[in-house]
Amino acid sequence: MLRLALKSLLNRRGTVLLTVFTIAISTALLVGVERLRGETRSSFASTLSGTDLIVGARAGTVQLLLYTVFRLGEPTANVSWETYRRIADSPMVAWTVPLSLGDSHRGYRVLGTSAEYFEHYRYGSRRQLEFSAGAPFDGVYEAVLGAEVARALSHRVGDELVVAHGIGRVSFAEHDDKPFRVVGILAATGTPVDRTVHVPLAGIEAIHLDWQSGTRMPGRAISAEEALQQDLTPRSITAFLVGMENRVQTFTLQRQVNEYRAEALSAILPGVALQQLWSLTGVAENALRIVAACVVVVGLLGMLTALLTTLNERRREMAILRSVGARPRTILGLMVLEATALAGAGLLLGLGLLYAILAALRELAATRFGLFLGMGPPSAPELLALAGILAGALLVGLVPALLAYRRSLSDGLTVRI
Amino acid sequence: MSETKPPVVALEALRFGWPGQPDLLDLDDLRIAAGERLFLEGPSGSGKSTLLNLLAGILVPRAGRLRVLGQDLANLRAGARDRFRADHVGFIFQQFNLVPYLGLVENVTLGCRFSPARRARLGDAAAQAREARRLVAALGLDVDALDRRPVTGLSVGQQQRVAAARALIGAPELVIADEPTSALDATARAAFVELLFAEVERAGSALVFVSHDPALAALFPRSLSLPALNRAAATEAA
Ligand SMILES: Nc1ncnc2c1ncn2[C@@H]1O[C@H](COP(=O)(O)OP(=O)(O)O)[C@@H](O)[C@H]1O
Ligand SMILES: [Mg+2]
Repeated sequence: MLRLALKSLLNRRGTVLLTVFTIAISTALLVGVERLRGETRSSFASTLSGTDLIVGARAGTVQLLLYTVFRLGEPTANVSWETYRRIADSPMVAWTVPLSLGDSHRGYRVLGTSAEYFEHYRYGSRRQLEFSAGAPFDGVYEAVLGAEVARALSHRVGDELVVAHGIGRVSFAEHDDKPFRVVGILAATGTPVDRTVHVPLAGIEAIHLDWQSGTRMPGRAISAEEALQQDLTPRSITAFLVGMENRVQTFTLQRQVNEYRAEALSAILPGVALQQLWSLTGVAENALRIVAACVVVVGLLGMLTALLTTLNERRREMAILRSVGARPRTILGLMVLEATALAGAGLLLGLGLLYAILAALRELAATRFGLFLGMGPPSAPELLALAGILAGALLVGLVPALLAYRRSLSDGLTVRI
Repeated sequence: MSETKPPVVALEALRFGWPGQPDLLDLDDLRIAAGERLFLEGPSGSGKSTLLNLLAGILVPRAGRLRVLGQDLANLRAGARDRFRADHVGFIFQQFNLVPYLGLVENVTLGCRFSPARRARLGDAAAQAREARRLVAALGLDVDALDRRPVTGLSVGQQQRVAAARALIGAPELVIADEPTSALDATARAAFVELLFAEVERAGSALVFVSHDPALAALFPRSLSLPALNRAAATEAA
């Protein structure tokens, strides 16, 4: 029976191959979208990992996350240096990383921070930042570039760059009197770190010494060397990351920060906040899935057409099978078997195609987008998608099968065409 | 010899009509003995194919009795009739007799696929293939040369011989041929009938051969005209 079905398919290999390809491509697409979605979701959820709390001036959760992790938007209020130090010195706290935002370099955000950043910042499954060239900054006028900044602006270690005041892409107010030297370039992470220019907090302080409320104070210019003589401890920072001595105490500290009297502060759990932010993308995510599902439907309709067009030619064949004693049910089974084999071959080929594409794009995705495409076996939602395609294919295969069944009953041995 | 065996076909007062239509066939009495060769003639549309469908157990009569090999087909369920046909009836169509995706020998052994009885008579797959080759060769085809090519490349005459081999394999008691020669030219027709006779005789099968071409009747020991037998046709004409 299976041999009959296979031979019949082999006999029509032209159409069959096309049909198998259609199903394969729609399978690869649907499962691929599902996998990409899963990977982006988990990579998004771990844009920042290993940090227990993010503390900033009182703001919404998403807002705080946007400027500390994604370096988007404009922070409205700051945290005073004293407050920062007080919390950082709490016995519950293992480490802190200060973050100061507000300047940019040719459209990329400049982040003032400390050397702890390179030590404690984690993304993905607790991956540390790695340098593709150079080392962390040490001096005041030194900068470390994210991978994308370096690639897009063709910066190399040793290059000098000028920080602009504010965050516009085209900025007329430039701190051109105090250029920074690139001392390190980070490897791609697939996170906003790639689009960030990192400088020491002292550097941010130095370039703003002779500035007040957004403009250079005339006649009070302080040169780069003069600035080094001054106290470059910042008066305030935008926010800071906190690592706990004992994670059990995270909520205790979070409550303390939120109830801090001297200043209005917010402390958020990055994991939870990232999940919240991701849920905002649900619509786009579902749109993608719907498009992929539509491709599958088109593929299945193609299969239906292919099966239906051959049905008329096959009436003779069915009559011959009936004449040698095949039951109408056998003919139904034969047709269903053919559809199953077709769909099965399509699914397998689709999966093969998908893994081949994943293997081919892996390197590129990891280095360019920091997206780590897993090559593991299909996940639960992917299996669900596969099962859906198979079920759809069987349903579609049942239509011509039932038609053939009914016809072979009425035709008997006399095919009247 | 034929007296000791029950008739292959015995029908009495058989009536048949397609659903929603008046009787197409009304046959008083027809018997076909074991090993008999019967020519059945009638114009197109006279119900020849319909009668053959009844004999093959595809259709069941409206009334009357139809026994094949002593078995009343009306008493069998559809599946059992299909099984009965697989075991005891070989069928040759007018044309397009071959399954396009099977090879020549496979097309012949297809006659055994649904029949445990024929398989039991012949043995394993190798034995079936051997018998298929013997039959095809006996029907005048060069098996070795033709088996390698797709069957769709065979001429109509060659296809009909392969179909005859399929009907005959495993020596069913009844071979039915529904206008098997109408696509052949006159000389090929006679040759085909002669070859068919030889193998039917060897297998001991009865043969019911239908055609609208009365010229072939002379080759058969017994020939009948369906319109003459059919009382339904007489009333219609009246
Ligand atoms: N499957 C069918 N359903 C309804 N009517 C049919 C069917 N097959 C044949 N008939 C009718 O039965 C009559 C006899 O047909 P058929 O037995 O094929 O004649 P013949 O084989 O002698 O040419 C015709 O009028 C035909 O229209
Ligand atoms: Mg006919």
